[in-house]
Amino acid sequence: MIVTTPNEPTAPVAKLPESANIPILATRDACISYGTNQVVTNVSFSVPETKITAIIGPSGCGKSTLLRSFNRMNDFIPTIDIRGDIQLRGESLYAKDIDPVEVRRKIGMVFQKPNPFPKSIYKNVTWGPNLHGYKGNHDELVEKSLTRVALWDEVKDRLHESAMGLSGGQQQRLCIARAIAMQPDVLLMDEPCSALDPVSTSRIEDLLFELKERYTIVIVTHNMQQAARVSDFTAFLDRGVLVEFGETDQVFTRPKEQRTADYVTGRFG
Amino acid sequence: MTTSDLMFDSNLGKRQRRAARFRRLVAGATWSGVVLLAVMLFHIVKEGIGWVDWQFLTSFPSIDAEKAGIKAALAGTIWVIGLTACISIPVGVASAIYLEEYAKPSRLNRLIEVNISNLAGVPSIVYGMLGATIFVRWLHLGQSVLAGALTLSLLILPVIIIASREAIRAVPSSLRQAAFALGATRWQTVSGHVLPAATPGILTGVILALSRSMGETAPLVMMGALTYVAYTPTGITDEFTALPIIIYNWSDRPQQVFHELAAGGIVVLLAVLLAMNAIAVFIRHRSQRNSP
Repeated sequence: MIVTTPNEPTAPVAKLPESANIPILATRDACISYGTNQVVTNVSFSVPETKITAIIGPSGCGKSTLLRSFNRMNDFIPTIDIRGDIQLRGESLYAKDIDPVEVRRKIGMVFQKPNPFPKSIYKNVTWGPNLHGYKGNHDELVEKSLTRVALWDEVKDRLHESAMGLSGGQQQRLCIARAIAMQPDVLLMDEPCSALDPVSTSRIEDLLFELKERYTIVIVTHNMQQAARVSDFTAFLDRGVLVEFGETDQVFTRPKEQRTADYVTGRFG
Repeated sequence: MTTSDLMFDSNLGKRQRRAARFRRLVAGATWSGVVLLAVMLFHIVKEGIGWVDWQFLTSFPSIDAEKAGIKAALAGTIWVIGLTACISIPVGVASAIYLEEYAKPSRLNRLIEVNISNLAGVPSIVYGMLGATIFVRWLHLGQSVLAGALTLSLLILPVIIIASREAIRAVPSSLRQAAFALGATRWQTVSGHVLPAATPGILTGVILALSRSMGETAPLVMMGALTYVAYTPTGITDEFTALPIIIYNWSDRPQQVFHELAAGGIVVLLAVLLAMNAIAVFIRHRSQRNSP
């Protein structure tokens, strides 16, 4: 079993000394609107590297919209308008010469509902890397990716069967494996457990602890217990405004803002 | 009596009788169609099956009913429909992909969409006139296989485009998002996931459209396809005749024996249609095995 390979970077790109202070992912005064309806207003924060950052907030607060602007998945909405800046290692994701296809290679995403391709388990993992001309060994990639999401032992005898035959929780772990097979700099998760049962949910949460050793994860969740359990940092959004950003312990136990306190104690939302 | 009995006058007996009446109505509609079709089919097969033999399939038309056959018409139909498929499937599916995946909602695209739907309802004889004018006369293609195929392609393109668009639209957007999130380009997403998922639906539309074009007589007669041909086409520029034309021609003759020959021709046409539909079902079944 291959657990690690020596040439694999744990912290990819930029090794220049001054880059130490450049956050891996940062949003600067981001304003996002659909037509005339502004859903995110002047949001600024930096995502810490190899940590889990949770974005929480009541329904409709713009947390999913914000997350989807991190890998330009909002580009498909014709009326979307994004101002301010979102940067990966100090480089604007919305600069004119940036190809969104390249952004999405570097910033992976896991969706709310498991959405494996209706193909074999094996092809689900290799399809993405192949798009970008992956030169390594396919079997190795599949085994490594599936092992990291603790799915290898369950599926190693049926790698060439359809992924649609897996349970919901297995499908979601496969989707995570598919995303990390790309060696993304950042992994975005949009309520990845909301369609899963409690057992599958806790397996994914365990998985997040393993994954954060290598990957920077941003997770949107409407489940505050989940945010408190899994994340290192928490951003609290309310009506499109960033109310508070800080270490999860601090946000949940000693919030600076009254609105945060009200929300995390369940008084609204 | 409970309180709720006092609150409602549920009239359950009447409601159930109405439900049963509606069930009989829809079942009756279905069965009357099936029975009518079965009677027609039985009549045709009884009249024509006696004539369908190897000699019938391999002979050219003749004024002697005993020696007459459909070789030229069957070959002509296969040539024309084959070429129609080669023209209309790529153009139709490509148009559907463009309209569903690429075109931005603009006034021009709205106009195109509305008109494609309208074109699907235009009578086939109008396409025949169009084909006669554009392909036969302007482009000097003559009464060739190519002119016939182009005319029939025009006829079925709207149907193929509409069916393919429906099939592409039915592909869940979560599949596209999964591909895009891995850094796939629009084309990689479409070719890798959208088209494979839409293939069963597209095939259904394509086969229905081709079946329709195979039975079309009016456009081919309009563009001047021949009725008496004593050779099979060897290329797309050759003149041709087709099954529906020879069937129409035979059934127009006064002698009863030719009406029976026409019935035999219909039996062959139906057999070819059934075979095409069987292939479509087979391909659909195969491509659906791996789908959600």
